[in-house]
Amino acid sequence: MNSLRAASIILGKELRTEFRTRELLTTTVVFVLMVLILFSFTFDPTAEEARRYTPGLLWLAFLFAGSLMLFPSFAREQVNDTLDALRMSPAGSFAIVMGKVLANFAFLTLAEWLMLPVFSVFYDVSVLRVLWQLLLVFALGTFGLALTGTAFSAVAAHARMRELLLPLLLLPLLTPVLIASVEATAGLLAREPQFDVTWVKILAGFDVVFLAASYLVADALVEE
Amino acid sequence: MGRSRQSDAVRMGLAVLVGLLVIAGAYAIFFVAPMEASQREIQRIFYFHVGSAWTAGVAFLIVFIANIGYLSKRAPMWDRLAVSSAEVGLAFCTVVLITGPIWAKPVWGVAWVWDARLTTTAVLWLLYVGYLLLRSFLDDPARRAVASAAFGIFAFLDVPLVYFSIRIWRTQHPQPVIAGGEGSGLDPMMWRVFLFNWVALLGVMALLIWKRYRVEALLREVEELEVEIAWKEADAASRSVLAGQNN
Repeated sequence: MNSLRAASIILGKELRTEFRTRELLTTTVVFVLMVLILFSFTFDPTAEEARRYTPGLLWLAFLFAGSLMLFPSFAREQVNDTLDALRMSPAGSFAIVMGKVLANFAFLTLAEWLMLPVFSVFYDVSVLRVLWQLLLVFALGTFGLALTGTAFSAVAAHARMRELLLPLLLLPLLTPVLIASVEATAGLLAREPQFDVTWVKILAGFDVVFLAASYLVADALVEE
Repeated sequence: MGRSRQSDAVRMGLAVLVGLLVIAGAYAIFFVAPMEASQREIQRIFYFHVGSAWTAGVAFLIVFIANIGYLSKRAPMWDRLAVSSAEVGLAFCTVVLITGPIWAKPVWGVAWVWDARLTTTAVLWLLYVGYLLLRSFLDDPARRAVASAAFGIFAFLDVPLVYFSIRIWRTQHPQPVIAGGEGSGLDPMMWRVFLFNWVALLGVMALLIWKRYRVEALLREVEELEVEIAWKEADAASRSVLAGQNN
């Protein structure tokens, strides 16, 4: 079986499972919303310099949400040993991993799109004039998060304390994504919007490096 | 037994050699290396600080190679090498993070700046703490080896990305002294003292990794014996139950 087709079948299965409960989507949205509201108490959200901090706040909320929410991606398969079934299917290891990565990417992106207008209202930033550039930055940053988060969800699936372990493994690794996404977003949301391609290149570089790494270690990730 | 005694003797000899190197290196730092013009005595921590940083780098490179080795060959030896080097590398990385602020406080006036090398070292430290934590939370040895090898490969590939993203983010920091831009560079005698000390530290690293590797091998042996004992006990228990039924 063609691995693109296999990945899309697994993507379909993940989407069906998620939309039956909408657990990941709901918790991510509520988590990001909570961070956006609670963080307003730690500084003056209407001050002019808040404009420089809020993109960092938004991305930290996304990364924390991702690192907390992605662990069921592989752990869920353990309840009924369904990973064995996936392994026995003609789908290759990389197709299994990519199906899950794309599903998680879709959920996280959807949650971010839902949060963007809320963020814009709460922190008085206009997003419409730079919407396309912003969505590109979101897509690249979120793909890096979904990719490494899903891979580590497989790595930590059998560990004790795996819910706590995943953020500990994932967040330091995401340092380049955090810096590049925050800087790119801050540039776009400034009074005079700037689109700095350097950060987009770093995000794309991160995605490519870890896509290649996932391809190479895919067998180890879905191993029993 | 004979082989193990022989390797003990080799290790003992190596330990004595490395000990002498470290003592000679310390002598060179304090009495041979010239005084730095502006920082005076405090600059002498450089030999230990930068030497430890490079040694940690070598140890983490060994972890990366061992991770790849394990995933392609699946021999337990690679896993043992990976965990041994990760622990030793983390120890050297900790030395870097402790000696750095000691050096920085009198020279820069602050103990910590968020510059590319410092921040990357801190992130590197967190990544390898994560590596060891992951291992300690995985009980099954085969799973532990596979999962930590996959994570280790990701962690090592991340380091240059972390470094370059922070470097672009903070462009105002001082040029690196070694292999930096114009006007940087070391006095030739300082270079010799530095390289001598680095060799001594690499010797310490090799010795520690070797020792830790032995400990890891013994731990695995104990684990296997415990499983064997548990089997035998279960077997004996079921036999006694059967014997009781027969009576």
